[in-house]
Amino acid sequence: MTLWYRLVDLLPFAWASPGSMFFMKNALLAILIIAPLFGLLSTLVVENRMSFFSDALGHSAFTGVAIGTLAGLSESTWCAVLFAIAFALLFTYVRQKSSMNTDTIIGVFSSAAMALGIFLSTLGGQSFSKFNALLIGDILSVEPAKIGLLALILVVILLLWLSSFNTLLLSSVHPTLADSRGIRTFWETALFTSAIAVVVTISMTWIGLLVINSLLVLPGALARNLSRNMAQYHLVSVLSALVCGIAGLISSYYLGTSAGATMTLYLALLFFASLLLRPKGR
Amino acid sequence: MSFPNHRSGAPGCSGTCCLQVQNLGLTLQDQVILRNINFHLHCGEIVALIGPNGAGKTSLFHSILGHMSHSGEIRFEPAGGRPTRPLIGYVPQSPQFDSGDPISVLDFFTAAISRWPVFLPIRKRHRDRVLACLHRVQGEALIDKRLGTLSGGELQRVLLALALEPLPQILILDEPLSGVDVEGEYQLLSMLQEIRTRYDLSILFSTHDFSTLPQYADRVILLQQEILKMGPPREVLSSKEFHAAFHLQAPQEGGWSP
Repeated sequence: MTLWYRLVDLLPFAWASPGSMFFMKNALLAILIIAPLFGLLSTLVVENRMSFFSDALGHSAFTGVAIGTLAGLSESTWCAVLFAIAFALLFTYVRQKSSMNTDTIIGVFSSAAMALGIFLSTLGGQSFSKFNALLIGDILSVEPAKIGLLALILVVILLLWLSSFNTLLLSSVHPTLADSRGIRTFWETALFTSAIAVVVTISMTWIGLLVINSLLVLPGALARNLSRNMAQYHLVSVLSALVCGIAGLISSYYLGTSAGATMTLYLALLFFASLLLRPKGR
Repeated sequence: MSFPNHRSGAPGCSGTCCLQVQNLGLTLQDQVILRNINFHLHCGEIVALIGPNGAGKTSLFHSILGHMSHSGEIRFEPAGGRPTRPLIGYVPQSPQFDSGDPISVLDFFTAAISRWPVFLPIRKRHRDRVLACLHRVQGEALIDKRLGTLSGGELQRVLLALALEPLPQILILDEPLSGVDVEGEYQLLSMLQEIRTRYDLSILFSTHDFSTLPQYADRVILLQQEILKMGPPREVLSSKEFHAAFHLQAPQEGGWSP
């Protein structure tokens, strides 16, 4: 961390002056890790048409937190991670086994999870307000230990991408073909949804439940407008997440707004720009 | 890979290089999908599978591919070899790709045949290999196109090239002609002809387009839960079983006409 603080001290911002505002410097580092993470996941979320699903995952993570709090756990995050993974696996299973429309299944799961979360968090007349922080998120509260955890997750996702991206891609664009080439599509999808579950749940506290899904959808959506192949798609997605992440954090510092929401707005602007810039016939 | 070259299958079964389907049956949730299926597929032979929707064509393919548990037996005897599991190239029915999908043919191909993660820029080595595969279907020009921009015929050719890598002993195509225009259809069928002579493999495909069968298929199997009729195209297409299965009028003189 000392090395990082020295590096940031070189930046020409008031908050970057040596020996102060460590929370801002921590937040910047956290963004530098979270942004590529979401940029990567975003490509397949969009390709898989899973934006509604990732939204539902956020809801389930909230339910996990509520259960954890009720059980009196000091770290309810882990409870939320477990709950979100269970949710993701159950959903993948139901989607595979049932002939029901995916859209409907997500709607059912999402609302059930959200209702359970609110039910548990207000059980016995408790006030809901202690969960407000979770809804909006606060990147400035990130601690160095948690940044380490995020970095670890980024490494794991990168390894997953290096080892399984091909099979994940085939399973999503052409399941029958993937099947016929011996790819176990169910487990591929399950692995991917679990990965999203972990990332969403862990970063929820800092980005905010209400806007976290936008980070999973917008980078991929805007990159899709501009790319002709997978390499470009990933490059644009990760870069735009990074640029908007940093711009969002710095703007939010000067404007006093929520960092998560500010990043999202930048991404949304970029998305509309990409709509105008995209090649003809797309 | 290569395997011994030999003569095309003669009428009847010579006993070599032959896929033998014996008494195959398939029941799903108490519903009989297929029953009493018996046929042989010889080397270098093109066999068309026809039948109304829901006749069990795709299920039969999946049984042969080993994706579905079935009763009966499927044996394969390569030329001069012992019975083994055949290497089967499969061209599934394709979903409609979104024209905005940023997946190039190169991405798709590399993802399927190599371990190089395609979100990284693809190396020359892999590109050359994909070009070689596409060459088999005269599709080199398609390599940088996005999947969503391919025409029906082009997409089928790409999928065909994929099914030919590694080179299989049997090629199975599920409705390769659906969504393909007349010119593409002619091109695809001629390509199948050429592939079977060049690589000496057996081709089994399902179709709803009967007018091209006499020219391109050696044999036609009419399927509806069971094999209703099997034989040379003209014979099957003029049979009363064919007309009954498709609710057509009784055969006129001179057989089936489009």
